[in-house]
Amino acid sequence: MLSGSVILLASLSYLALLFIIAHLGERAAAADRSLIANPYVYTLSLAVYCTAWTYYGSVGRAANTGMGFLPIYLGPTLMAATWWFVLRKIIRISRQQRLNSIADFIASRYGKSALLGGLVTVVAVIGILPYISLQLKAISTSYMVLRDYPDLGNMSTTVRELPWQDTAFWIALALAAFTILFGARNIDVTERHEGMVAAVAFESLFKLVAFLAVGLWVSFGLFDGPGELFRQAMSEPRLHALTRTEGLPGGYTSWLSLTLLSMVAVMFLPRQFHMAVIENVDENHVRRAMWLFPLYLLVINLFVLPLAFAGEMRFPGGVVDPDTYVLTLPLAEQHTMLALFVFLGGLSAATGMVIVATIALTTMVSNDLLMPILLRTRGRSFTTRLDAGRNLMRIRRVTIVVILLLGYLHFYLIGESYSLVTIGLVSFCAVAQFAPAVMFGLYWKAASRIGAIAGISAGFAIWLYTLLLPEFAQAGWLPASFITDGPFGITLLQPLHLFGLQGLDAITHSLFWSMLFNAGLLVTLSLFGTRSVMERVQAERFVGVFADGGRRLDADSLPGHATVGELETLVGRFLGHPRTERAFATALDVHGEGSRTDIEERRREIASPVLVEHSERLLAGAIGAASARVMVNSVAGGTAPSIESVLSILEESSKVRSHSRRLERQSRELEAATRELRSANERLQELDRLKDEFVATVSHELRTPLTSIRAFSEILLSNPDMENAQREEFLDIIVKESERLTRLVDQVLDLAKIESGRMEWRHEVFDLRDIVNDSLATVSQLIRERDITLEKSLPEEEVTVDVDGDRLMQLLVNLLSNAVKFCDPHSGRIGVRLSVTDAQCRIEVEDNGAGILPDDVDHVFEKFHQANRANAGESLGTGLGLPISRHIAEHHGGRLHVARTCPGSTVFALDLPCHTGDGDEHDTARGEHPEPKTDH
Amino acid sequence: MAHEILIVEDERNIALSLEFLMKQAGHSVRSVGDGQEALNAVAELVPDLILLDVNLPKLDGYTVCSRLRADEKTRDVRVLMLTARGREIEREKGMAAGANDYLTKPFSTRELVQRVESLLGDA
Repeated sequence: MLSGSVILLASLSYLALLFIIAHLGERAAAADRSLIANPYVYTLSLAVYCTAWTYYGSVGRAANTGMGFLPIYLGPTLMAATWWFVLRKIIRISRQQRLNSIADFIASRYGKSALLGGLVTVVAVIGILPYISLQLKAISTSYMVLRDYPDLGNMSTTVRELPWQDTAFWIALALAAFTILFGARNIDVTERHEGMVAAVAFESLFKLVAFLAVGLWVSFGLFDGPGELFRQAMSEPRLHALTRTEGLPGGYTSWLSLTLLSMVAVMFLPRQFHMAVIENVDENHVRRAMWLFPLYLLVINLFVLPLAFAGEMRFPGGVVDPDTYVLTLPLAEQHTMLALFVFLGGLSAATGMVIVATIALTTMVSNDLLMPILLRTRGRSFTTRLDAGRNLMRIRRVTIVVILLLGYLHFYLIGESYSLVTIGLVSFCAVAQFAPAVMFGLYWKAASRIGAIAGISAGFAIWLYTLLLPEFAQAGWLPASFITDGPFGITLLQPLHLFGLQGLDAITHSLFWSMLFNAGLLVTLSLFGTRSVMERVQAERFVGVFADGGRRLDADSLPGHATVGELETLVGRFLGHPRTERAFATALDVHGEGSRTDIEERRREIASPVLVEHSERLLAGAIGAASARVMVNSVAGGTAPSIESVLSILEESSKVRSHSRRLERQSRELEAATRELRSANERLQELDRLKDEFVATVSHELRTPLTSIRAFSEILLSNPDMENAQREEFLDIIVKESERLTRLVDQVLDLAKIESGRMEWRHEVFDLRDIVNDSLATVSQLIRERDITLEKSLPEEEVTVDVDGDRLMQLLVNLLSNAVKFCDPHSGRIGVRLSVTDAQCRIEVEDNGAGILPDDVDHVFEKFHQANRANAGESLGTGLGLPISRHIAEHHGGRLHVARTCPGSTVFALDLPCHTGDGDEHDTARGEHPEPKTDH
Repeated sequence: MAHEILIVEDERNIALSLEFLMKQAGHSVRSVGDGQEALNAVAELVPDLILLDVNLPKLDGYTVCSRLRADEKTRDVRVLMLTARGREIEREKGMAAGANDYLTKPFSTRELVQRVESLLGDA
């Protein structure tokens, strides 16, 4: 009736319009003026739920089953009531985890399992193929109806054409091209497809308007209003029966199962998940969509029954396929343009579904199926390719074409044997297999990966067996006995009456068994199996997403040893450089151009766990969570999952243990510190006591000469007429005691300096013989006065020493003075000997006095110890000479000691390290200030 | 009135000044240089008063004083203790050991003589 070229032109014009809308949408998005960021567009985009199935199929279904078309829309309406809790939770989780498909979502929930992601993808692709084929069938049928009307007779009996002669084949290819244009044009695959959303929203509006147009025309143009239409219809008993619910095949069971199916489908069909979750701009839009979307469903279904009744009345006897009533009614009344408009509405419904479904599936196939396989087989070489992003794009384009061709294949093999709705329900049933994994995953932390895998696998297997294989059997590709007798004649395994279950329609039957096994396995295995730490972490995040205010650091992503630069390169391969640089600049908190070197430096740093996780999330947006994990691990050190898990499992308990270990260690350290403090305190107290004693002793020692000085001064003062001899004697005492006092003061100061390490030492190289001679010269006067014999013995050659000459002389003079003081008062004799052996020289000072008492020998070097061996009247010692001398000896690395003492011979010996000839080792002696010892 | 005075002092020059002062006051004086000699001297002849230094070789002043107080024959001997240790505790130790009076070195010769006379006057 309309030539193919007109239809083609109209179709292409319509698609072009769509493309312009999409383009405008993208432009607006790029300019930050999103066209789609409002709840109305969001709702319209959700209406992609209403496909050619709704558009053509609902009328067909209503014509056959009356109210039977309704459950498909009741389900979503019921489901919408839960959206604020369920859908919003899924949106929140997906946003936080940067998930981009339902496969991603399920994989991520169960420990970022690549296996689960792949499984969901396979199920989704195979499950959705019938649905895509349904759209192809709808488009090609409607096209042929429009072109060939009223010659419809041979349409249903069309001999199967070769693909390239088949309209549907070309439609599939056209849709593939169109989908590529919409969804896989940009390298940037992670962003939302704003253009596509805008186009789909327009399509939803367009198909609604077209459907309402034909509905209104039928109700008011063809009949005198809906009232009249219904009145006429009710007069026909067959149609009257349709308005009752008993007209449903399968009765209430079927209603229930279809409602449940569609409840699940509206959430978990890949395209619904994509539109409702991934393309969601603002989770608050959900609130509005909760009533707007059911409203849309209501409106688009208003004229289903009128159209069905009108069709049944207009084309009695089943000459026209009820699925085509929306087209054939206007055509029959010569309203060609209306028919074309309706055709475009149907095209709109079909293309919307195909585009979104294909894009959603493609994302899943590339991210959750191909990428993990590529990563596994090609390993790192794949990630190191510079054009990985472009590669990814190529993969997606090929995937789109393959999916649509597979859809066509399904149509080619099965398409003609089933009604639109039945084909769609088969898809619903496949998608329903995701429901247990998602819903348990959302609300039950214990749901485990192994349970999800087993559940989905079993459910999918049952679906294949009870729905898909019978389709093939019915289409003649498998022997019919497969359905009637079961495989190999085993009746218990009849695909439509599995385990002998009778009385259910095929969909309900399949749904019952698949759900039973799916949910049963999931729950059972979750209850009795174990979960990895990764699963626990993800479960915690998913279930508690609302409780968990913000992002938390991935406890399980060990930082590994990737540098910031390596991560950036990896992410850059998929996201492109400008975007990666921006993302990393934000993540690294680097601002401005001036800090270029700073950035370079930071790139060489080992990436923090937070950054590793950030990179993983960025990548997850492009290639899916599971693949991103593998990728990042390949760079960040690829910690084996098992080790990772073990570490994480141990983490908590070991944290506790390390805590208590740390406490233990700290208390041990504290004890040790206390012990140290106590002993330090004791030492301090001892030092304090010694200091007090020292002060008391010094004051005592000072008082002694002062006492004499004062006493004699007062005696002299009060006895002015004293004899001269006595006066002189007393004056002499005063002078001597004064000298003693001076010496005492000097020596106390010397000792204090030496003991506190503040003595200044002036080292020079001396000939030790000179020092001995100089010292002797100092006391020579005394020696002569007392008529003491001096025996001196010095070596012939030079004895070089590096010493403080003055101090060493002080030492020797002290020894000589003592010798003078303590030698035999009548025939005093003093010996001074300097001898050199190896690297040591010894100076001996000997006197022939009474000797030191054995009790005293140990004490002569103690402070203020006064030897009681003095000749009467001589003892004006300070008791500090020998202690100071010993300090001087020790400072020079030598030793001062009593070598021998007996009546008639007491020898004090000073041993010094010295160097005959060259002075190699002077340096080591120089500047050496050993701690003065106070323990003598 | 002449009294018998025993001087116990190891510092030779201090002992000399004490001897001079006591002789000048008209007393008869004996002088020893350590604690043991002091006890020997007292055993020989109990003096009227002892000028007792605290810091002594062999036996210190406190011990000598305690021994004197423990012996019936020497219990009432006047003891004037002399010490270069100035702290209060030393004075108390001296009094506890039984000294009659206590003087810190360096002392005023006038005060020493007065104390000696006052102690002797009490007797």
